[in-house]
Amino acid sequence: MNIEILDLHHTYPGGVKALNGITLTIAPGEQVAIVGQNGAGKTTLVKHLNGLLLPTSGSVSIGGWDTTQYPVAKLASRVGYVFQNPDEQLFTRTVYQEVAFGPKNLGYEKEKVEALVEDALTLTELTAQKETNPYDLSPTWRKMVALASIIAMDTPIVVLDEPTTGQDAANIARMGRVIASLRKRGKTIITITHDIDFCAENFERVIALAQGGVLLDGPANQVLGQEEILAQTYVDPPQITRLGLRLGLPEIVCTQEQFLRVYKKLASSRAEGL
Amino acid sequence: MPFVNLQNVTYKYPLTDKPVLENIDLQVEEGEFVAIIGPNGAGKSTLCYTLSGFIPHFYKGELSGRVEVAGLETRQSTLDEWVLNVGLAFQNPFNQISGAKYTVFEEIAFGLENIGVPRDEMKERVERALEMTGIRDLADRSPYSLSGGQQQRVALTSILVMEPRLLVLDEPTSQMDPIGTREVFGVVRKMAERGMTVILAEHKVEWIAQFADRVIALYEGRILLDGKPGQVLTSELLDGKGFGLSRYTSVAREAQKQGLWPKGRRLPVTLDEAEAGFSLSRSRARQGEGAA
Repeated sequence: MNIEILDLHHTYPGGVKALNGITLTIAPGEQVAIVGQNGAGKTTLVKHLNGLLLPTSGSVSIGGWDTTQYPVAKLASRVGYVFQNPDEQLFTRTVYQEVAFGPKNLGYEKEKVEALVEDALTLTELTAQKETNPYDLSPTWRKMVALASIIAMDTPIVVLDEPTTGQDAANIARMGRVIASLRKRGKTIITITHDIDFCAENFERVIALAQGGVLLDGPANQVLGQEEILAQTYVDPPQITRLGLRLGLPEIVCTQEQFLRVYKKLASSRAEGL
Repeated sequence: MPFVNLQNVTYKYPLTDKPVLENIDLQVEEGEFVAIIGPNGAGKSTLCYTLSGFIPHFYKGELSGRVEVAGLETRQSTLDEWVLNVGLAFQNPFNQISGAKYTVFEEIAFGLENIGVPRDEMKERVERALEMTGIRDLADRSPYSLSGGQQQRVALTSILVMEPRLLVLDEPTSQMDPIGTREVFGVVRKMAERGMTVILAEHKVEWIAQFADRVIALYEGRILLDGKPGQVLTSELLDGKGFGLSRYTSVAREAQKQGLWPKGRRLPVTLDEAEAGFSLSRSRARQGEGAA
């Protein structure tokens, strides 16, 4: 399901101009990270994908549906949105009910709802917490519940707003595993993140926003090595990429594996006096 | 007596069985910049609440041991005495912003109003604080119209303006862009150099290594390690417990296994250390070639 964004502008009531003409196409099954300065328009942009915000001018279409022509409830069958702050979306008494709420509202039959909920709970490693009240879980796990409740809706497009905020290494790794599973299922995943190392390790395409426009858009290796341009939107390249740049490696590296492969080749060619 | 003095501190939230902090002993000198690392659930936020008087004055539960800051003992003082010395920036800025003010400027003045600072001085201090954290351009916006990272800067500024002697920060940059994060660490470092004592709970190891004087690793409510950033952040005692490493440490550790990291050299935490180690290891490879 294609996402087509055409010359999108958005001005908030009160006059703050958040988006200034964004044009983007995102193909089915792409894994896209959106990075950029606080206030660059990242959240404003993704809130257009399920109709929470409508364009001031320009258009957004999801698999041929113009978002101005379909209600949010209808768009919810195509785009799942996980909020930055889970407390803005959790409201039922048990984890199970929370996760079942979405698929039930999409009108699925009981058996299908059950199967979707079980699957989402397994994927997010929450099966043991089915009967727990979401608010008895730590903020970290509440974030997982919020994610599970979106996965259970089985939408072709999943939007994650800052999935690693305040998470420790173990939870970030778990988030990476969930994203990898969704990718295998062919889902389109769009993630806003400031965790640029996480971005380098889990996403193939990176879009850098600045002042409501697209600054850079391309494969992770191309975008994340542009130190000076990224600085315009307050983003540093990933740690591994910066190390590669400092050492003058012959290609841009984003992950530990890439770094070691290139570094090893260089070290051995130097040793051979080449 | 040390400026911050925790002796044998144990704390249990109401209606829970297990203490979240157990037998914590921690002494911090005035002007020190101490970072606290630990996996989620280790007790970092609880320790921040204890230092800032929220425990026991707001959160009830059972607190034992001694908690002293600037010579005052927490249970023997009131919260309004305590706030004159200690400021806390919350992890989630939504929970800190007062909801009573229409502009960022007024929000930042809120604490000063409450302690009765004269109007002219108040304005001047707010101006200075806005300048310091780089949010002058947000002064007339509503705190609720801001992005998460911008709100976090407002939350931090509204504490800095109080000029507390002890600044307690609970993941103050979790929603900030990367360069913004580095800037905030720089501001905090500057405050420490002017004599403010800083205790900061954080996951961002690279910046801790660069800016903090000392690192405490908290695990399951106890202090696991306490020392210089370079020692604590590369310790194998952190392995398998959910502590985050800097990518420099993890890539060097992997390189070490493959014989690509100089023998006997400490693993790096910062970019400079990683660069130095990897450059050295390349020139050794060249020397090896020369000797052959």
